[in-house]
Amino acid sequence: MRHIISVLLENEPGALSRVVGLFSQRNFNIESLTVAPTDDETLSRLTVTTIGDDRVVEQITKQLNKLIDVVKVVDLTEGEHIERELMMIKLKANNGTVRAEIKRTADIFRGQIIDATQNTFTVQMVGSSSKLDAFIEALSGASILEVVRSGVSGIARGEKVLSL
Amino acid sequence: MELLSGAEMVVRALKDEGVEYIYGYPGGSVLHLYDALFQQEDVQHVLVRHEQAATHMADAYARATGKAGVALVTSGPGATNAITGIATAYTDSIPMVVITGQVMSHLIGEDAFQETDMLGISRPVVKHNFSVQRAEDIPTIIRKAFHIAQTGRPGPVVVDIPKDMTTPTDRFPYEYPKNVKMRSYNPINRGHAGQIKKAMDLFLSAKRPVILAGGGVVIGQASEELRELINLTNVPTTNTLMALGALAGRDRHNLGMLGMHGSYEANMAMHHADVILNIGARFDDRVTNGTDKFCPTAKIIHVDIDPASISKTIRADIPIVGPAKIVLDEMLSIVKASTKQLDAESLKSWWEQIEEWRGRHGGRYRTDDSELMKPQQVIEMLDTITNGDAYVCSDVGQHQMYAAQYYKFNHPNRWINSGGLGTMGFGLPAAMGVKMNFPDADVACVTGEGSIQMNIQELSTCSQYDIPVKIICLNNQSLGMVRQWQDMNYESRHSQSYMKSLPDFVKLAESYGHVGMKVDKYADLEGAMREAFAMKDRLVFMDIAVDPFEHVYPMQVPRGSMRDMWLSKTERT
Ligand SMILES: Cc1ncc(C[n+]2csc(CCOP(=O)(O)OP(=O)(O)O)c2C)c(N)n1
Ligand SMILES: [Mg+2]
Repeated sequence: MRHIISVLLENEPGALSRVVGLFSQRNFNIESLTVAPTDDETLSRLTVTTIGDDRVVEQITKQLNKLIDVVKVVDLTEGEHIERELMMIKLKANNGTVRAEIKRTADIFRGQIIDATQNTFTVQMVGSSSKLDAFIEALSGASILEVVRSGVSGIARGEKVLSL
Repeated sequence: MELLSGAEMVVRALKDEGVEYIYGYPGGSVLHLYDALFQQEDVQHVLVRHEQAATHMADAYARATGKAGVALVTSGPGATNAITGIATAYTDSIPMVVITGQVMSHLIGEDAFQETDMLGISRPVVKHNFSVQRAEDIPTIIRKAFHIAQTGRPGPVVVDIPKDMTTPTDRFPYEYPKNVKMRSYNPINRGHAGQIKKAMDLFLSAKRPVILAGGGVVIGQASEELRELINLTNVPTTNTLMALGALAGRDRHNLGMLGMHGSYEANMAMHHADVILNIGARFDDRVTNGTDKFCPTAKIIHVDIDPASISKTIRADIPIVGPAKIVLDEMLSIVKASTKQLDAESLKSWWEQIEEWRGRHGGRYRTDDSELMKPQQVIEMLDTITNGDAYVCSDVGQHQMYAAQYYKFNHPNRWINSGGLGTMGFGLPAAMGVKMNFPDADVACVTGEGSIQMNIQELSTCSQYDIPVKIICLNNQSLGMVRQWQDMNYESRHSQSYMKSLPDFVKLAESYGHVGMKVDKYADLEGAMREAFAMKDRLVFMDIAVDPFEHVYPMQVPRGSMRDMWLSKTERT
């Protein structure tokens, strides 16, 4: 099963490499990884998506918790949560039919065209990873020049917060 | 407040930690530190001949005392030479602080002379590591290093110090922090009361209970509590390689070591148990054999200070996270207060069954199939001569398994071996680290002619500091453990497992100023060994010729259950 694990990490040099190292050292899989500072400048927030059975995910959270630089760990998938990923996708758009088709599909998925040239469109889209996958699927007629995805960020629904 | 340089702060901080000896080797990036060491007398430095030995000495001190050992090495090759020792300590959860020099801050990242990324290289084999970026942080970082190394599940901590952090002319006010608080590090200091209650309920309703003691009992200084629980409940007890001595070797409750080379009775008891109380053992692959066939009828209570060790390989029915000593204490009070007791009838027949197993194999080996001495006989002699009271510091191989099987430790913390990593070369420096700190104790290094040559240069350190350890070299003229596997799995194709061109160990020892002895007849063994131990102030190297064809048994059949064992070259369970 796919899990989204959120980690509060000391904003120390080398802290990120401990997390990444742990995953490779213990043969845990990383689907995506995002990391950025939080409102508290001493902390970073890191989100990992990973695929594994319960035993593996239990090990992942326990091992993460053991790292001295890790302050808190939450498996967001254990509760109601919101997941978002940002994607920018550059497509070949060199004739009217193609351009109209891309625009229509982007509208359906609530994407925005954020850059255009004579020959290309760049579409921005925010959503769950599966929505982004679906958009790429829907564009199968168009020719994709470049895809860049941010990796998943997540937050718990309701009043639950991950903080100190 | 007193003003000290970074180098002086390091040394003073060690003194404030109560460190008596540090083990190390100098080099460019730690010269300021060595100069600071030179100018004081509180912290004594022991100069090894290879940095690996410094880490093993520090590690063995920690294994014997429970306190973190300290090693000091230079950057680059000094630091990389220390890695094996750091990994050895990490795998066995041994507290250690390793101070490594680093090139000057402004050179980091420029491939400077003797620069290596020690933080990166050591990361997978340390509990934590620090890089000093401001000299004034040194006292706090050293305090944190000791705190992290010694609390929770212990482990090695590296402190990497760029040379410019120790410049003699840059001085700072020094104050050593008593305590450090870290929001991200709060080791668990007690077990969950409800879980412990539940565990004791299950334990006391068992018909075929077994207690399994692991290294956590020894490192967690919980042997007394363990012994009390065993005496109170009369439950058969086995231990991992890391917990020899937690329960006295001659105690009748003691089934001996379990696992790959565990005793017949220990492995049989495990296989047939209905409740296993595991305290401080991490169920590693050398203990469990095939995990899918592991102890099919047992419910498992697992006490460990590290939550990640619980249900990692074997699912626990009742997990308890906490320090062995505190949890055992609570278990004891529950058992004492409880009206419920183990069913006497069931326990009696369980013991009868176990005694029958014990009688059937019970550590026998043959002495009639060879002219040569058996390695087991040598260990039994060592046990007799030292009364089970010696510190036995082992290398890695068959000799290690014989020592584990046949030396009957009366006390915990005296079996010093690289269990998890299996580091050949560990034995001699380990024995040195113990002997320096326990000068009146008998300290033996049980080794093989292969392993001893991995840190043989330390004989020189022993002459410099007068470290009179006794080296018991079971010389089978081969990498015996490798050969055994080749005999069993590769139709005796002994690929690279011979040790041709062995040195004359007697002369070698003598050339370093020590005593060498060669023993090749069993009839001479006792006299020679007594003589060696009687020479209290001399290092004696006993080169003892043993049967090169002997195998370690029992040996579990790979991926089988606990009870699937070879008992000799021809018998299988
Ligand atoms: C540093 C290191 N290299 C290789 C091994 C693999 N190994 C395990 S036991 C062994 C043979 C040890 O030979 P010796 O010290 O003579 O002991 P014996 O088994 O003969 O008693 C080897 C090579 C190891 N454990 N450690
Ligand atoms: Mg050998």
